[in-house]
Amino acid sequence: MSIYQHLPALQVVVPMLIAPLVVLMRGRGLAWAMATATSMMAFIIAVSLTNIVLETGAVSYAMGSWQAPYGIELRVTAFSALLLLIVTAASTITLLFGKQSIDSQLEEHRQPMFYAAWLLVLAGLVGIVVAGDAFNIFVFMEVSSLASYILIAAGPNRKAMPSVFKYLIMGTIGATFYLIGVGLIYMMTGTLNLADMEVRLQEVQDIKPIIVAAGFITVGLALKAAVFPLHVWLPNSYTYAPHMVTAFFAACATKVSLFVLLRFEFLVFHQNLVEHVGHFSTFLIPLAVIGILLASGVALFESHLKRLLAYSSIAQVGYILLGASMATASGLTAGIIHMFNHALAKGALFFAIACLATQVSSLRLENLGGVARKMPWTMAAFVIGGLSLVGIPGTAGFISKWLLISAVLEKGTLGIFLVVAVLVSSLMAAVYFWRIVEVAYFGDAPKQSAELHEAPKWMLLGTWFVALANIYYGLNPSLPLLLSNQAAASLLGQLP
Amino acid sequence: MTSGMQIIAALLVPLIGAIGIALVGRKSPNLREAVTFITAIALLVIVWTMLPGLFAGERPEITLTELLPGLSIKFQVEPLGMMFAALASLLWIVNSIYSLGYMRGNKEQHQTRFYVLFAVALSAVMGIAFAGNLLTLFIFYEILTLSTYPLVAHKGDGKTVASARVYMGILLATSIGLFLPAIIWTYMATGTLDFVPGGILEGHVAGPAVGLLLVLFVFGVGKAALMPVHRWLPAAMVAPTPVSALLHAVAVVKAGVFTITKIIIYIFGVDFLAVEPSTDWLLYAAIFTVIAASIVALRQTNLKRLLAYSTIAQLSYIIMAAALLTPMAEIGASLHIVAHAFGKITLFFAAGCIYVASKKTEIAQLAGIGRRMPWTMAAFTIGALSMIGVPPTAGFVSKWYILGGAFQADSYIVIATLVLSTVLNAAYFLPILYIAWFRNDETTPANNHGEAPKAMVIAVTITAALTLLFMAFNQPVLDLESQLVGITR
Repeated sequence: MSIYQHLPALQVVVPMLIAPLVVLMRGRGLAWAMATATSMMAFIIAVSLTNIVLETGAVSYAMGSWQAPYGIELRVTAFSALLLLIVTAASTITLLFGKQSIDSQLEEHRQPMFYAAWLLVLAGLVGIVVAGDAFNIFVFMEVSSLASYILIAAGPNRKAMPSVFKYLIMGTIGATFYLIGVGLIYMMTGTLNLADMEVRLQEVQDIKPIIVAAGFITVGLALKAAVFPLHVWLPNSYTYAPHMVTAFFAACATKVSLFVLLRFEFLVFHQNLVEHVGHFSTFLIPLAVIGILLASGVALFESHLKRLLAYSSIAQVGYILLGASMATASGLTAGIIHMFNHALAKGALFFAIACLATQVSSLRLENLGGVARKMPWTMAAFVIGGLSLVGIPGTAGFISKWLLISAVLEKGTLGIFLVVAVLVSSLMAAVYFWRIVEVAYFGDAPKQSAELHEAPKWMLLGTWFVALANIYYGLNPSLPLLLSNQAAASLLGQLP
Repeated sequence: MTSGMQIIAALLVPLIGAIGIALVGRKSPNLREAVTFITAIALLVIVWTMLPGLFAGERPEITLTELLPGLSIKFQVEPLGMMFAALASLLWIVNSIYSLGYMRGNKEQHQTRFYVLFAVALSAVMGIAFAGNLLTLFIFYEILTLSTYPLVAHKGDGKTVASARVYMGILLATSIGLFLPAIIWTYMATGTLDFVPGGILEGHVAGPAVGLLLVLFVFGVGKAALMPVHRWLPAAMVAPTPVSALLHAVAVVKAGVFTITKIIIYIFGVDFLAVEPSTDWLLYAAIFTVIAASIVALRQTNLKRLLAYSTIAQLSYIIMAAALLTPMAEIGASLHIVAHAFGKITLFFAAGCIYVASKKTEIAQLAGIGRRMPWTMAAFTIGALSMIGVPPTAGFVSKWYILGGAFQADSYIVIATLVLSTVLNAAYFLPILYIAWFRNDETTPANNHGEAPKAMVIAVTITAALTLLFMAFNQPVLDLESQLVGITR
């Protein structure tokens, strides 16, 4: 019984405390085993927390029994439960099945540090999700960001360094903006606890600093979430990071920032700033739409596989944002469930790319001619992930596209234009995805290509696990749908 | 086996067959073809044993999963879909016999891939035929597009791939850009996507919006090749002939007109469309396509391209008949799906026979070929007569009913169109027959080639015989489709 009460704390504490121990694991594969076991434990905790949230509603945990708003509050709602599932599952699956890929990209002696950093990223991300106050969110954001710079810099290509530097600069600016915003709010309300902030803001007379704070926080978090036009750090970081890191980050990193953004916008600002929803929508809808169209357009002409998918990720962030900026229950549901479904689709795609990379020397399109004939299982999983990305019925991606379009249509005439944008970008996704399929299935092998084999079985198993999850949650979306419905309701204040 | 399970079996058997073909394909071509035949026969048995139940008025259905409220993957058998499935499963067997001769006689590459994807395409056709709502139909519609792309691009050279891209580009763009929004609109308006006799839209959508929705549906279903979204069909003629024959005379294009007919009857409802003036354009669009495609066909010099444009015209016959909205015309539309399938597959088969035996593709090269390939050209003649609508061929029956429907509706413009297009059909088919039978061949040496491989001749003879027999034995189809009208009346 008692251990269950402490689950929200354990969710963060377990990976964070084990991370330094991992550094000491010098034996062969020991660091990996320990990191994987820890991540799995985090996943189990996330599953139990989700069960508790579904049964009894949101869980609040007072750190060291110091009650909020004075102590540190950890809070797990349906929304955070969904994010916890995404983050811990992404970390666990990439670690568990990705060992061969990591081994091939990273020397043995560097691995303990790498896995320690990985666990810190994990701890930071889940920390952001469970933290109930603005400052702890900032702390965990820094923990996860600093550690993630290490992970990306671990990429074998030397270009990883400049791309990480770019990410570092941008990420720091984002975090600073966020901190400035939080500072302004603290100045006006004297609290950092989000729930308390919502109440105390009502008494604030001079609203101007709050508006400025809202601006700083929105921009800072949008930078972290790679919202167009603040996305420039993302393509190179994803391209040059180790493949498994890309799979992990693509599945969850930007979504956690979006999670914080939505919590601030809807829980803190929504009730307290006049016309805030209107400002929020008019500010973000154009950004989302331009982001969707432009990033898809860039992906059309990109020939490096990982960079292509990175641009597609920017477009997908646009989808999530578009749903959220409707500021309606259906729109938020669509945006939130797309976090889950996009994690599945991108996870499968990047996993398949990691499988490809174990065999081919370059991930540029012209180098992949006829690869599907040699690696049929890898490419079949890739196709499933791609179908989900495009939003073909029967895959998870369809569910979110359907909900998104339904939500957008409630907006009347504006909605029709938005639907057109969504459909056009779906078509673009179909085209850039088809380019890859055509080369891989029907292209001729490049001349001096080495003899290719199927990827290692264990990695294939992981790839297929995620790919089949795309189909499972495409046919039976009740769990993510339930969580995102509750999340949307609680964001709009329709749930206690 | 319950009827619901039978539907699932009809979907799964071709897929299992595809896996089997892929497994044995590398080792033994003979075994591979045996698997194809076993699969095709198994599918035929499964589909045709559902027929008695349908005649008795059963409507077996099965729901696989409910995605969102009112949005499910669901199958239901009704007369129109039953007929489509029965037709496709029957012709798959004949087509397999033909493919055997064609692919080997032509020494084609990648034969295993060919047979695997053919089986997958057939599974998609079953899904379309038995779909219980628009969403399910849409899923299998897209699977059919995707699985036939490699078949069309089979040859793999630059020109073929470019044409195949046109094929897939148009079909995907129209389906995602128009068909899907129409489906979403329907769902938003009514909260359901089920095929319900009498339609679901009445009372939910009104005025010009109905016409607009019909535009989205009709042009979204690009497979029906209503002008101006017909360009993919001539482009797809780069495919090997068995693909053109089954997929582009039967499965793919018929999936298109089948979908439109189904939407007219089960989504809009015939009565609703009849009172809604904003939807009259469909009839005129179909008439325009019939005439325009026939005129374009007149000018073709390549045999397969001519057949492609003839197909476009004939598909619009079906749409035109369905758009007449009278009971007899609806029967005519469904009869024409069958009649045109028999006739057009015969024509394509014959064109492929000519190609394999002599490598000839242009009409002008066909001089005197009737004497070298009497069986093939006799079959071609029957097919051509059926296109024109001359008794005793299948085309006569359906044209009779469409004409009857036109009189019921007092639509003189349709009657005039039928007359004019008959003349045009005759004008482009009769010269071919004349060249083939009566003009002497001066260029080719006397013993250059004879008939095509036996398997192909057998197949083309079977379909020609079916074209003739349908004239006399159309009662079962008529009975089945009268149930359809019973619903809509």
